[in-house]
Amino acid sequence: MKFAILINEGPYTHQASDTAFHFAKAVLARGHEIFRVFFYHDGVNNATRLTTPPQDDRNIVDRWSKLATGSELDMVVCVAAAQRRGIVDDGEMKRNGKDATNLAPGFRISGLGQLVEAGIQADRIVVFGD
Amino acid sequence: MLHIINKSPYDRPALDSALQTGEGGILFTEDGVYAIAKGGAAEAKIKAAQGKFKFYALGADIDARGLSDRVMEGISVVDYGGFVDLVAEYKTNQSWL
Repeated sequence: MKFAILINEGPYTHQASDTAFHFAKAVLARGHEIFRVFFYHDGVNNATRLTTPPQDDRNIVDRWSKLATGSELDMVVCVAAAQRRGIVDDGEMKRNGKDATNLAPGFRISGLGQLVEAGIQADRIVVFGD
Repeated sequence: MLHIINKSPYDRPALDSALQTGEGGILFTEDGVYAIAKGGAAEAKIKAAQGKFKFYALGADIDARGLSDRVMEGISVVDYGGFVDLVAEYKTNQSWL
């Protein structure tokens, strides 16, 4: 079965990003496919590579990055939500005249159409948020 | 439909909203698991609805809140794999955020 996951909450806020991560791992462990993980609203804050949590705490961003590279997950960050919150890749840096990028490995910035497509293509979409 | 409730019944009325839909499955996650505690404010509502709804709760979140010894009868405790199975089993799902 094809799953899509929508994450509307940032890391270290309540628990939605953690639950979504464990859910995503369980989807793959059950032999299902994840069509896409879409990060929207404050969820885009899961995609900054500049977070430095204490060493004995989980690193939520790295955890997503590793899952994406290990399982070839398509993790998409909403462009409009990212612009508002300062989540930047090379293209956005040039387009908006910024002097830095911070998008973590395994994520890509794209539009809301990617969420619509995930809703159409996946058999199930599950929303995690606040 | 599978209703996913991640907020405490002491915080939000999501359980009441879900129950109004008439029938289906209700999965409690995160702070939502406070609903399944014996002697809690939601106990009577859940008992009254057990003929129409099936109730599930995420074991890791129950353990994290020290509620393991207080799980009401009629609640199926699931792990994350069980969460995935429920989403697959029910044709639609709704997260009450």
